[in-house]
Amino acid sequence: MSDTKTITDTRGLGRKFADLDKTAVAPFLALAALFLLGALVNPNFLSIDNLLNVLTRSSFIAIIAVGATFVISAGGLDLSVGSMAALVAGIMILFLNSAAIDGDTAMLAAGIVVAIGVGALAGLLNGAIITIGKIEPFIVTLGTMAIFRSVTVWLADGGSIAMKSIAMRNMFRPVYTGVFLGLPFPVWLIIAVGLLGAFILYKTSFGRHVIAVGSNEDVARYSGIHVNRVRAMTYILQGICVAIAVVVYVPRLGAATTTTGMLWELQAITAVVIGGTALRGGVGRIWGTICGAFMLEIVGNIMVLSNIVSEYLIGAVQGTIIIIAMLVQRTLQKKK
Amino acid sequence: MGENQATKVAMPVLEARGIAKAFGPVEVLTDISLSVMPGEVHAIIGENGAGKSTLMKLMSGHLQPTRGTVAIDGEPVHFAGPVDAEHRGLVLVHQEILLAPDLTVAQNIFMGRELKRGLMVNDREMNRQSAEAVRSLGADIDPTTQISRLSIARRQLVQIARALQVPHRVVIFDEPTASLTPFETEALLKVIRDLRDKGVAVLYISHRLPEVGAIADRITVLRDGKLIATRNASDLQPVDMARLMVGRDMSQLYPEREDTATRQNVLEVKNFDVPGYARDASFTLRKGEILGFAGLIGAGRTELFEGLVGLRTGHGEVMLNGNPVKFHTVRDSMAAGIVYLSEDRKGKGLLLAQDLRTNLTLATLGKFTKGPLIQRKREDNSLTKAITDFDIRARRRDLLAGQLSGGNQQKLLLAKMMLLEPSIVIIDEPTRGIDIGTKEQIYKFIADLAKAGKSVIVISSEMQELIGICHRILVMRSSRIVGEVTGDAMTEDEIVVYATGVKINEAELYSAGNA
Repeated sequence: MSDTKTITDTRGLGRKFADLDKTAVAPFLALAALFLLGALVNPNFLSIDNLLNVLTRSSFIAIIAVGATFVISAGGLDLSVGSMAALVAGIMILFLNSAAIDGDTAMLAAGIVVAIGVGALAGLLNGAIITIGKIEPFIVTLGTMAIFRSVTVWLADGGSIAMKSIAMRNMFRPVYTGVFLGLPFPVWLIIAVGLLGAFILYKTSFGRHVIAVGSNEDVARYSGIHVNRVRAMTYILQGICVAIAVVVYVPRLGAATTTTGMLWELQAITAVVIGGTALRGGVGRIWGTICGAFMLEIVGNIMVLSNIVSEYLIGAVQGTIIIIAMLVQRTLQKKK
Repeated sequence: MGENQATKVAMPVLEARGIAKAFGPVEVLTDISLSVMPGEVHAIIGENGAGKSTLMKLMSGHLQPTRGTVAIDGEPVHFAGPVDAEHRGLVLVHQEILLAPDLTVAQNIFMGRELKRGLMVNDREMNRQSAEAVRSLGADIDPTTQISRLSIARRQLVQIARALQVPHRVVIFDEPTASLTPFETEALLKVIRDLRDKGVAVLYISHRLPEVGAIADRITVLRDGKLIATRNASDLQPVDMARLMVGRDMSQLYPEREDTATRQNVLEVKNFDVPGYARDASFTLRKGEILGFAGLIGAGRTELFEGLVGLRTGHGEVMLNGNPVKFHTVRDSMAAGIVYLSEDRKGKGLLLAQDLRTNLTLATLGKFTKGPLIQRKREDNSLTKAITDFDIRARRRDLLAGQLSGGNQQKLLLAKMMLLEPSIVIIDEPTRGIDIGTKEQIYKFIADLAKAGKSVIVISSEMQELIGICHRILVMRSSRIVGEVTGDAMTEDEIVVYATGVKINEAELYSAGNA
């Protein structure tokens, strides 16, 4: 019936190269270029210590941005992640300070569970309002961004919420500073979250549904996919990722302040977009996102090491990067 | 008539001289030469993918030819773009509706060339002229109506009115009747005859061969990007056109009708309402039956069935194999063995930006997972089987669904929904925008489904195809089922009477009276 020869692939190497999805490779090329630039600016840049340091510092944004990859590839947006991080951190510390459970280890473990629970609930709140209320994610998360931030400021009474128990601080600190098999603990966490995220997005039917919903919501609905459920779930995943980032963040300073997580939403969205995920949905790239988060931190690092541009301008540079990344994406897509 | 005028003016107003178009290494059009005279209707026919639309885009400045030239009045021209072509009196009426849905009819018709009085737009004058323009197309639409409130057919008419607002010498119609009913088609053909009689040259692309025979002076047939023949319309019967288009004999488009319908009712629907679209619908479907749903676009057929399968709110009594059922979501109806294939393949059927495999298994991913893991290998095997079973012709397996032709998209959608192993298949406009060769395959596929003991509901605006394949046809008009035709009564005349409340010869009289 059908002539099977149409199926066989007889393309040459050149054609295969042309087929290569350039938007998928671009972030890694850009990262390589940054490495080169860093090495030229300061020989210390390429030292293992410096690079591990940069990776460690990028962990908050990288982990949050993995969640944002789900939200954005399903066609949504979450502006509340920064405020949510502050709120989750605040509540986690208040819980730790309450000393409700005997024994510091049990208390810490419970604290982590509480953080993840609060993150998931905050995500569910976003997801529920967006899907049940049928309101634009931009507006909803703009609203919850203000709510989460404000509640945090209220909980902190305008100041900061700090961990009281010095013993517990010391016990918790290695989560940020600890090293395991030569890699800092936060780096292991990035890898774990990345692997899990990639597994869910690329290998499970939920991941397939996320892409379908982001690609075309109507087609997803007509295919019998519970669109609202999938959407809400991406916001819950986002909340959980925020909570995981908080678990790494709290031991670093041992406190949450009114400015905790400020502008993290901007950085997370930037990481996702420069990683090659389409802002309109339908394409998600977990490793690109992590690469993007790493790039943002490297740019800051290079600025600190070089003294050519004032590091106060880091926000401006990151803002420029997202715009350039969009332009590059646009050009690459046009060529396709 | 047109031919007389064509002989009076020897110079073609628009000409293609050996034009070719390549996208990358693939040449989609090869050395096409054709011309259109003032006062002539020149029809271009061909299967989907034959290159008709590309040819029209080349001749109207939307694309630049790779080789060859386009000439106006015998002078080679180079269009800087469609606007440049419009300035030279050449307009293209697009197949897709390109109107702003939130603006009014008049605002759309005059968009970009608003009439002004001083600094202000002159709404009154634009409304007056729009009403007149629309009326000259045989329709009566209030120019202050929002486009989003109009049916697809009426939007099409507004689009034509908008195109004709530009001073024109050549008008290119790209499948203008694809979404029109016979009544509206008649009115449009009359408009085209009027244009021709005024000395305008018309290029007319269509799939509907009888209509081409009725309107064209000359006919050019394209196949696989090559010009097969240009003939006088009087020398070509629809059967010959089909043969030239497909390159083989098309004596039997519809499979032989077999009496596969049993007496067993599989689906009984009583007093079903879909608010705003369908009222009081009652019908039964038998095992092995192919039941047609005819009616004008906007009669509520699509919405009735979307309501029935749980895609929109609907209320009423539904009995499946004698048991009452209620589908809250489309997942429920799928689980019960009922699938609905949307008329809007590109918007609701397939993810155009995803590959064939992703599309194929989207509705049945549960069958391809082990634990949480999707099994790629089994998906791939399923795609291989679908490509064979449904004769999906893709250059490569890793193409995106959007890169397939309309016919192959429909086959992929069929393959996708058949993975649900349904007992009742509802197909909405199964052959819209599909070439004849694929149509034949789809008709055969529908007949085979019935033969295998499944029941099929076909919703279509092509009465011929309903008559050709259905055992029984129900007709809807203004949200209600108004009639049933079976056996020898299954004729276009009979259906149109129910669908419009007007007899078809009245429609012909109407156009003749105005010609």
